[in-house]
Amino acid sequence: MGMTVVEKILAHASGREEVSAGEVLEPAVDLAMSHENAALVINRFLAVFEGTGLEPKVWDPAKIAIIFDHRVPAESPKTAGNQKKVREFVAQHGITRFHDIRGDEGGICHQILPENGYVRPGAVVVGTDSHTTSHGALNSFSFGIGATEMASVWSLGVALNVEVPGTIRVNVNGRFLEGVGPKDLILHLIGKLTAKGANFRVIEFHGETIRSMPTSGRLTVCNMTVEAGATSGVIPGDEETIRYLREVAGVKDDIELVHPDSDAPYEQRIDIDVSTLVPQIACPHTVDNVKPVDAVLGTKIHQVVIGSCTNGRLDDIAAAAQILKGKKVARGTRMLVFPASGRIFQEALDKGYVADLMKAGAVVMNSGCGPCLGVHEGALGDGEVALSTTNRNFKGRMGNPRGEVYLCSPEVAAASALTGEITDPRKGA
Amino acid sequence: MAKVVYTVGDDVSTDVIYPGRYMATVLATETPQYAFVDDVEFSARLNGGKVPKGSVLVAGKNFGCGSSREQAVSCLKGWEFTIVAASFARIFLQNAINLGLHVVSAPDIEASEGDDLEIAKQEVVNKTTGKSFTVQPLPRSFQAIIDAGGLIPYTRKRVLEAAGKA
Repeated sequence: MGMTVVEKILAHASGREEVSAGEVLEPAVDLAMSHENAALVINRFLAVFEGTGLEPKVWDPAKIAIIFDHRVPAESPKTAGNQKKVREFVAQHGITRFHDIRGDEGGICHQILPENGYVRPGAVVVGTDSHTTSHGALNSFSFGIGATEMASVWSLGVALNVEVPGTIRVNVNGRFLEGVGPKDLILHLIGKLTAKGANFRVIEFHGETIRSMPTSGRLTVCNMTVEAGATSGVIPGDEETIRYLREVAGVKDDIELVHPDSDAPYEQRIDIDVSTLVPQIACPHTVDNVKPVDAVLGTKIHQVVIGSCTNGRLDDIAAAAQILKGKKVARGTRMLVFPASGRIFQEALDKGYVADLMKAGAVVMNSGCGPCLGVHEGALGDGEVALSTTNRNFKGRMGNPRGEVYLCSPEVAAASALTGEITDPRKGA
Repeated sequence: MAKVVYTVGDDVSTDVIYPGRYMATVLATETPQYAFVDDVEFSARLNGGKVPKGSVLVAGKNFGCGSSREQAVSCLKGWEFTIVAASFARIFLQNAINLGLHVVSAPDIEASEGDDLEIAKQEVVNKTTGKSFTVQPLPRSFQAIIDAGGLIPYTRKRVLEAAGKA
């Protein structure tokens, strides 16, 4: 029996010739990522060693990455205290893949990992963040875990009791219409699968549309697979994987791509033709409440958000800048843009996108999770509506249970910022 | 026998259970005050001491979807809730097992606030309506962690074994 991409990765990481869905393994972890919640991981890690007489020691400091992104700069003394505690721990344990609050090397964890070459094809990546699914875009098996589970990984270097997930194969073909792209594809798929349709399973993406999609788009697609409940999304490695790792991430050493066997077992197969796909919108308050843009045209919006681990990359900012250049954000609508990393921010500056956006009236914020999770900045007022390129529209997500969030692509967000209402970018603004 | 004190529908996210704006609070002693905090009425009952420990919360499908935040589990564990849901989202379920929150998966569960439930290994009986519901066993991969009393003691045991001290 052949194996899927994730089965192959788990077999290798567990020292096995072959594995199949349902088996329970303890794969070795190649990368263990946390953000501010490392403060909680540290508490739990120290608890493991309590009463043992052993000195708390992480299994391999080179395989731990910690990136501050959720609340940067700190919004409260409590957060600042958590960040301080993490800095001290990082120094004490010799953790080098630490990205503090900085304009040069800081940013959102799901952009910092790929752009620094921390994620390789075939790797097992765990993160204390549900959107760790993103890194399947680089042909790894990457999934979200809780803080206590991370404490266990820091202690032992393996992910305990991992049940090999079944795989859903999604074949995507056709060429996107102008103004339609990866975000619309993944929103469409989530609408089709529902919020629980891929629970405990992996989504493996194939087809010519995926092959011709740049890594930025693949990251968007894999990022949101968790919104269908998936353990992870994954893309078989190809020339684009190598291009990204060599040219963008600066990887010099050998890269071994992982492909599924031709007789790999799939629990389900889904075919999508994107050539007729129109812009998609996830309506309040669940991500699977997906409608074509036509169904919500004209909805009044108070805040437009472009950024996040889903759509804060250079391609996304470029798409928005192109639509906004020389025009003005509608009065009564505020537009917030937050690039996914310091590096992307600088590239957007160099290319003039930041100036285009600011002249149009957008506020360009520092890199980080920003308004996406409503902790820190960009909260909604009662009864206000946001249109956002982020990944979640749950009640209360943007800081206020009496606000509403619609999710969309950067193109829809930018076109709508000009009119102050949900607008189809293809009809021009 | 335990009383149902709260019922919610399908796809209740961790943002609803424990809103992101309280994420800087991490200690299990402090998180319970924010459980379902945006439901002002229920939150007032909880924090007003009107909900007995060991009560039952009944949910629909995909309970705990969304973020991996462990506070969504520790805040419920602090009130010693039992969660009976039609199904759970993956990370929430794993966190619940790791922290020792009592979770029961009963795909067809029907119960209203005020009902009395008898929860056994293989079935949940709603004593108020007289209906019984089959319990879906947890994935067997969880058993070793449950037997050890949670992931911290389990990991501690493994660390001691690796150090040759067990």
